[in-house]
Amino acid sequence: MPAWFSKKPKILSSDPNEAELERNSRMEGLWVKCDDCGEILYRADLEKVLNVCPACSHHMALPARARLNALLDPGSFEELDTGLEPQDPLGFSDSKKYRDRIKSTKKNLGENDAFVSGVGKLDGQTVSIGAFIFEFMGGSMGSVVGEKVTRVFERAFDLKCPAILFHASGGARMQEGIFSLMQMAKTSAAISRFRAVKKPYLSVMLHPTTGGVAASFAWLGDVILAEPKALIGFAGPRVIEQTIRQKLPEGFQRSEFLLDHGMIDAIVQRKDLKSRLAQLIGLMA
Amino acid sequence: MALSFTHALDFERPLLELEKKIEELRSLSTSGTVDFSNEIGKLEKKAKKLQQEIFSDLNRWQVVQLSRHTARPYFLDYVNAIFTDYAELSGDRLYSEDPSIIGGFARFDGRPVMVLGHQKGRSTKENMARNFGMPRPEGYRKARRLMELAARFERPILTFVDTPGAYPGIGAEERGQAEAIAVNLEVMAGLPVPVISTVIGEGGSGGALAIGVGNRVLMMENSIYSVISPEACSSILYRDASMAEKAADALKLTARDLLEMNVVDELVPEPAGGAHRDPAKAAEALGKTLRKHLAALSTMNGDKLIADRYAKFRALGVFVGK
Ligand SMILES: [Zn+2]
Repeated sequence: MPAWFSKKPKILSSDPNEAELERNSRMEGLWVKCDDCGEILYRADLEKVLNVCPACSHHMALPARARLNALLDPGSFEELDTGLEPQDPLGFSDSKKYRDRIKSTKKNLGENDAFVSGVGKLDGQTVSIGAFIFEFMGGSMGSVVGEKVTRVFERAFDLKCPAILFHASGGARMQEGIFSLMQMAKTSAAISRFRAVKKPYLSVMLHPTTGGVAASFAWLGDVILAEPKALIGFAGPRVIEQTIRQKLPEGFQRSEFLLDHGMIDAIVQRKDLKSRLAQLIGLMA
Repeated sequence: MALSFTHALDFERPLLELEKKIEELRSLSTSGTVDFSNEIGKLEKKAKKLQQEIFSDLNRWQVVQLSRHTARPYFLDYVNAIFTDYAELSGDRLYSEDPSIIGGFARFDGRPVMVLGHQKGRSTKENMARNFGMPRPEGYRKARRLMELAARFERPILTFVDTPGAYPGIGAEERGQAEAIAVNLEVMAGLPVPVISTVIGEGGSGGALAIGVGNRVLMMENSIYSVISPEACSSILYRDASMAEKAADALKLTARDLLEMNVVDELVPEPAGGAHRDPAKAAEALGKTLRKHLAALSTMNGDKLIADRYAKFRALGVFVGK
């Protein structure tokens, strides 16, 4: 929903002087600049370590598909619900028609909406799993995302298997209005039903997890993990600053802050996530 | 209801001015010197026509303004008008009391129920205490406690939504605003008693939905329900909060819109000019609608009620493909 989290890793073209070109070709670029410590990194090396800066261990965005590939047993992921596509129930239009925005985003990313889901195996154990595609309209949740999340839990219910979700979302997608809001109720109801099979739902909060996603299924995990320094909360920092008319303290709404306040179970480095999730499933499922 | 001019909306003013004139003539008439009954009759007709003109074709922004009208009946006004024996219960047992969501057991036609709603304040002082109807996590946790109490004692739950949204503050975030809302959504989905939620004024985003997961969702005619406030929407989309009127149109957030989109079950008619013009009549209409739905839901057992609620929300969403 809000636009305050648009900070993305800057990826440079092979000639670091071509500052302007970098923006257009950053997805294809060979070099990546860590947006925390500024270190220039070779992209292929960075990908091997799942986009975590070797110099400062800053966790840069990791595309959803790359994440699932790295996490699940090789070849075990079967993507489902790939045919779901967004509609424009309100005929919404701002500077651009929502319909056109979807169309161009779909074309640019080769994704239908902001969520990828299916079943796979984690250390040999079947899991119903899904992850936000943050690049798709800030991971915002409209009807398609809500439907896919709901099906993750319905599938986990049917298969009597654990569910795992990776969240990276600014919240509800305002272009779908009330339908976006209602996805919060729909997904939470699916979780309520899923509890009966007594399998764990492991929720992993990535940067950022806010708004209607945080205030529904993301915070309903039996266990909630977060990557370091992820922005997590209900209201966006800018909204809070405008409301209370003061600057927010350093580190407010970051993973470490939430851990301190008892709101999540653990902060896990990206390289350790797979083993931690497998461990929890072993202990809980 | 006589309405003070200071609280009147711009589009209500012409009507109020006319009504004031009628009042003046009336008092002159009763003082006995001249008989104005003819003029009064004419003006009353004119006022009726004017009211119809103004209110028969409200735009979305006008409905937004009505939904927030400071003279509009609030939760407690409806409680006093529709229920008896209201026993307010306080506190979340964890941190604090939050006066922006209140509730307790009460009787509806003699039958014990749980009532629960956002409460706005009418004066500045009261609004400070009620935090303008914007709950903190404590409010949502109290609401959950009351709903679980109702489930334990097999009492139907009637919730009343009227909030700009959950409060965005430092303490609210520290104490888990998002968690509190999320848990309510799950808990409400699993309640084995009838739940009817009515939007009586503003249905502001997740902070509204957190007490809005009902078997039936009703809306007062001039209420709104939205994923984001028109002001916030406009400042994000148009970088300008003054385009809220345009954003209200884009969001399709009125009771009529939601009924058309099949998101809510029924629209409760308000008296001409809005609920604040005749709160008793508004409460009567709401009571009648609640009575009807509660009777229908009372024939279902716990499992059936949970399945009914699941099916209702499961069906919400617009997309293509399988
Ligand atoms: Zn770095």
